[in-house]
Amino acid sequence: MREMIISELTQAAQDLARGFAHYLPRLIVMLILAFVGWLIAYLLKVILRSILRLIKFDRLSEKAGASQLLTKAALPSATEMLSRFVFWVTWLGFILLGVSVLGILGLQEQIARFFLFVPRLFAAVLILFFGMLAAGFFARAALLAAVNANVPSPRLLSLAVRSIILVFVLSVVFEELGLAEQTMLVAFGIAFGALMLGLAIAFGMGGRDLARRFLEEKFVRIRKEQDEDELSPL
Amino acid sequence: MEDGNFLTDDFLRQLINVGEVDILVGLPTHNNAKTVGAIVHTIRTGILRSFPRERAVIINADGGSRDGTPDLITGISIDDVRPDSSVYALRTLHAISTRYASTPHSGVALRTILAAAELLRAKACIVISPESESITPEWISSLLRPVYYDGFDLVSPTYRRHKFDGLLMTNLLYPMVRALYGVRIREAYMPEFGFSGRLGSQFLGQNRWNDGSGENGIELRLTLAAVTGGFRICQSFLGEKDHVERRAADLVPTLRQSVGVLFSALDSDFPVWSSVSGSQEVPTTGSDMELLLDPLRINRKRLRDMFVSGVSELESVFQSILSPSTLAELKRIAGLREEEFRYPAELWVRTVYEFAAAYQKSVINRDHVIQALAPLFRGRVFTFVVENRNESARDVAKNIEGLCLEFERLKPYLLDMWKSKE
Repeated sequence: MREMIISELTQAAQDLARGFAHYLPRLIVMLILAFVGWLIAYLLKVILRSILRLIKFDRLSEKAGASQLLTKAALPSATEMLSRFVFWVTWLGFILLGVSVLGILGLQEQIARFFLFVPRLFAAVLILFFGMLAAGFFARAALLAAVNANVPSPRLLSLAVRSIILVFVLSVVFEELGLAEQTMLVAFGIAFGALMLGLAIAFGMGGRDLARRFLEEKFVRIRKEQDEDELSPL
Repeated sequence: MEDGNFLTDDFLRQLINVGEVDILVGLPTHNNAKTVGAIVHTIRTGILRSFPRERAVIINADGGSRDGTPDLITGISIDDVRPDSSVYALRTLHAISTRYASTPHSGVALRTILAAAELLRAKACIVISPESESITPEWISSLLRPVYYDGFDLVSPTYRRHKFDGLLMTNLLYPMVRALYGVRIREAYMPEFGFSGRLGSQFLGQNRWNDGSGENGIELRLTLAAVTGGFRICQSFLGEKDHVERRAADLVPTLRQSVGVLFSALDSDFPVWSSVSGSQEVPTTGSDMELLLDPLRINRKRLRDMFVSGVSELESVFQSILSPSTLAELKRIAGLREEEFRYPAELWVRTVYEFAAAYQKSVINRDHVIQALAPLFRGRVFTFVVENRNESARDVAKNIEGLCLEFERLKPYLLDMWKSKE
C-alpha cells in the first residue's frame, strides 16, 4: 500500500516535471515575447509621442474639444493618452501572442478575435476624434454666425449643432465596434428625429416672427428698419 | 509675364484689335446698368480732356450681368461725349468688354484687367468702381497723371467723407497698415486707384491666383505688394465719396476681405514689417483727408447690444484668441451702463494685435478668428461715434491720429507675440 502511494506520488511528480519541462520553453518564449513586446511598445510610444508633439496634436485636440473633456476627467493630455493607448494595445498584442504559444485550448480563438478587433478599435478611435473635431468646428461656426446675425440664444443653437454631430458620430463609433448596433441605430433615429421635430416646432411656434422677417427680407426685399442706419465699414 | 490662358478667345481677339495703348481704364461690373452709363460717360470725358493724344482703352470685366451693363459700356459712342464737353479726340477711344464668369468676383475681375493691361502694354492704368456715382472727369486725371507723367507706380485715392463713414478704415486698416508697414496710406483698400504697367505686371506674376487665396481683397493685396516691393506710391484727393449704405450682415464678408487679407499678408511680409519703425507720409496731391459733419442717424444701442452679447456668448472663442487680461477688460466694459461704456484706444489696439497673432498661429480656424472680431469692432464703433459725436473735423482727425500713434506704440507687443512660439 505504502509503495503504491509512493509510486503514484512519484508518477505524479514525474508527470508534473515532464509537463513543466514541456511548457517551460513555451513559457520562456512567452516571457521573451512579452519583454520584446514591452520594448517595442515603449519605443512606439516614445516615437509616437515625439511625432504628435511635433505636429502639435494637442492643439488639434484642443480645437476638437477633446482636451477640455480630458482635463475635466483629470486625464493626461491627448498626446499622452494616444501614446499610452498605442503602448498598451501593442504590448497586449505581444502578450496574447505569447499566450497563444502556450497552446492553451480555447484561448487561440479569443486571441485571433482580439487581433481582428484591433483595426476596428483604431478606426473607432479615429472616427471619434475627427467627429469631435468636426463637432467643435461646426458648433463654433454656428455660434459665430448666430452672434453676428444677432439671432437669439446662439449658444443653444451651437449646442444643438454639436449634439447632433456627436450623436451621429457615437452611433458610427458603436457600429464600428460592433457594440449594440441595433440599439444605437434605434437610439440615434429617435434622438435625431426628436431633435429635428423639436427644432421644427420651436422654429414654427417660437420663431414665427423671425421666419416671417427672414422670408420677407429674402423675397420681398424689405430692409429691416434697424439696419438702415448701419454704417459702411469701408 | 503672366500666362493669359484664363482670358477668352473672343476677349483676346478684341485686345489684338486694340493694339498697344498708353492708358487703360478698368471697370469691373455686375448688374450696374443704373450707374455705369454715366460713369463711362465721365471716364470718356476725363480721358478726352486730359489725355486727348494718348491711345486709351476702357476694359470692362463683367461678372455675369443680366441687365445689359456690358452693352451700355461698349455702346457709348465718342459722339455722345463731344456735345457737352467741348473736347475732341485725336485717337480712337476703345471700349471692350468681357464676361470673366457668371458670378461676380472682384479678384478675377482685377486679374482680367491686369492681364489686359500687360498684353496691351499700357503705361498707366486706373480702376474705377462702378458704384462711384460721384465721379467727375477730374478723377481720371488725378489718378492717371501721377503715373503717366510723374513716374509713380500706385496712386491711392483720398476722399471727402462723412466722419462716421469707413470706420473700419479709420479704426483698423489705416492705423494698422501705417504702424506695421510704415506708410500713411489713408485708403489701403481702394475702390478706385491708378497703377503703372510695371506694378501691374509684377503683381500679376507674383500673386497666388491659382489656389484662389490671392483673389480676395485684391485691392489691399495690390497696395501691400506696392509697399513691400518698394514701388513709388502717392495719394490723390478725388473729392466727395458716396456713402454706400451696407447692412449689418455685410460686416463679416467685409472683414474677411480686408482684415483677413491684412492678417494673412502679415505672415509673408514679416521680414518687411518687423524691421520698420515709425511711419512716413506719402506724397499727396490735395488734402489727405476731409471730413463731413452733417448729422447721420446711427443706432448706437444696437451697436453696443451686439458688442455685449458677443462678449458674453463668444467667451469660449475669445479664450483661445485673447490674453486673459484683455478678455477680463472686455468683460468689464461689457458690464458698464451705456452712458459709461467706452472701448478705449489702447484696449482696441491690444485686441486687434492679439487677433492678428491668433490668426498667424491658427489657434482656431482662421475664418472664425475674423468672424469673432465683428462684435468687438461694433463696440469700438460705438465708442468712436460717441466720442466724436459733437467733435469738429479737426478734432476727429486728431482722435484718429491718436489711435494711429497707439497702434505704432504697441507694435512691439505684436512683435513679441509673433515671435513667441506658443
